[in-house]
Amino acid sequence: MGRKLMAFFISRQRKERTDNMKEIIWFGRGGQGAVVAAQILAESAYLEGFRGVTSAPTFGPERRGAPVTASTRISEEPIRMFSQVEMADIAVVLDETLLGVVDVKGRIRKGGTVIVNTCAKPESLGFAADVDVAAVDATGIALKLRLMKEGAPVINTPMLGAFAKATGIVSLGNVEKALRSKLSAAVASQNFETVRAAYEGTTLSKVKG
Amino acid sequence: MTDARIITGNQAAAVAARLCDVQVIAAYPITPQSQLAEILSQFVESGQLRAEYVRVEGEHSAMTVCIGASTVGARVFTATSANGLLYMHEQLHWAAGSRLPIVMCCVNRGVGAPWSIFNDQQDSLAQRDTGWIQIYCRDNQEILDTVIQAYRIAETVYAPVMVCYDGFVLSHTMMPVVSPAPAAVRKFLPPYRPHTILDAANPLTLNSVLLPNRRPDAEGTLCDGYMEMRWKLQNALDRAPEVIREVNRSFAEAFGRDHGGMLWTHRTEDAEVILSGMGSLAAEATVAADALREEGIRAGVVGIRVYRPFPAKEAVEAFRGAKAIVLFEKSISYGYEGGLCSDLKAAFYGSGILAPIHDHVAGLGGRDVKARELVEAVKSSLARIQAGERDLKTTWLNCATE
Repeated sequence: MGRKLMAFFISRQRKERTDNMKEIIWFGRGGQGAVVAAQILAESAYLEGFRGVTSAPTFGPERRGAPVTASTRISEEPIRMFSQVEMADIAVVLDETLLGVVDVKGRIRKGGTVIVNTCAKPESLGFAADVDVAAVDATGIALKLRLMKEGAPVINTPMLGAFAKATGIVSLGNVEKALRSKLSAAVASQNFETVRAAYEGTTLSKVKG
Repeated sequence: MTDARIITGNQAAAVAARLCDVQVIAAYPITPQSQLAEILSQFVESGQLRAEYVRVEGEHSAMTVCIGASTVGARVFTATSANGLLYMHEQLHWAAGSRLPIVMCCVNRGVGAPWSIFNDQQDSLAQRDTGWIQIYCRDNQEILDTVIQAYRIAETVYAPVMVCYDGFVLSHTMMPVVSPAPAAVRKFLPPYRPHTILDAANPLTLNSVLLPNRRPDAEGTLCDGYMEMRWKLQNALDRAPEVIREVNRSFAEAFGRDHGGMLWTHRTEDAEVILSGMGSLAAEATVAADALREEGIRAGVVGIRVYRPFPAKEAVEAFRGAKAIVLFEKSISYGYEGGLCSDLKAAFYGSGILAPIHDHVAGLGGRDVKARELVEAVKSSLARIQAGERDLKTTWLNCATE
């Protein structure tokens, strides 16, 4: 792992956690690809050099359009913890209408980060002052770059670009590699265009030192 | 490191079966089947695995096909879960009684009624007395490696092996798994060479009715009665730990991964309190033990990897220093306590281990069990033990019991 990442972890270490594990919860609606995004993030983080990565869906029945969650764990050491993620160091919200439906705020750790697919400014989303907020118009990016599936914009992959920008845990290069390992060359390229656009289009509530 | 792929437990098991060059797969493809059988059917369909894939109308038939194929000398594989495994129960006895080296994955799930599709270990624990070897895996790498080890164990001991892993918790969770090179696996696991097979060119009768006593056959040779045959199965399982340990050692030498033979330990050297369980719950317990140590409580974990044959001797050694033992089980023997608890108590009898044992039933029907809950449970156990309580009844963790 690079020195930059080590510094990131050390700076983010909090009292209640003794390890360097990062827990990520993906909030989406059935069909938006939260589970696949959680997987691609795990792949990207593994390529980044993290020895411990897991990704899991929330175990239960799934329905298109209904709120769903998936999770990713990222650690320097192999992971021995397979229970469901309760609290997120980083929450990724694929659909901002979920903010009024599920308790996203209650599942972010103090000092954590939330990344929201929205046209709104990060400050206007109503998160606590100790939470870093990142905003990106992933839907707009997918529509503009015509990344569509079954008539709907694909937002899970651009959100990976926003994740890379907001957290620095994974690099764009490794997100691209992970996409290429899962998708055909042409489809991966098209997806990666939105990843890069989202990386550039992400607005952060605070500038990281 | 880059040779690992991020895959689910089901994918790990399927890749392992392919690496073992299984020749016949029989499976019931509908609920409670897992994705494992589906992935294997794709391997066969795409030509990545040269095997006969038999789709049957139920799990009883799946095991019957495995028994038939194994009897004519094929290396066979199947997988099931929950009520599917229960439906197989009669044929599980038949497979073990026939001394066939069948390997099956049990993707552990709760048993109905009431219906559940979620994880616990009641399904495989309910098969404890069928004569199958049972191995519980704690992560996806161990699933892949254990399936490979299982064939070598089964084909040495002549007993079937059930490779058990937690449904959803491992079966649907992705994590890095290294796939060994096919050539290395073939070297570790040469083709199956059965000592007896059913062959039309050399007809014989297998498993005919045996009478209570030994009897001479047509040539005057005194043959086993039913009881001698059954003793031989027991004797084979009694001697299996030696084989299981040897296979684990050779596997570690060949592939660099040691999963423990019969059981594994985590920070037990100086541990005052030892947590124990099987499968992913035992892995979660290692995180709890580390957290307890942060609070100044010297905790360790013994993970029971092989449940049958039971690692009685190893358990006595592993638990010897403990002043308190706290168990977490995803099953129960209704009307008594968790099966692991009873077995450990029996193993400790006469060994000098007198530490209080507090059993917990946890995570039935998929109720999530978190490391922090294990930490709290252990602290509560220790408080009761320190207060002098000795009659610690089984606690149902995180369950409304009033």
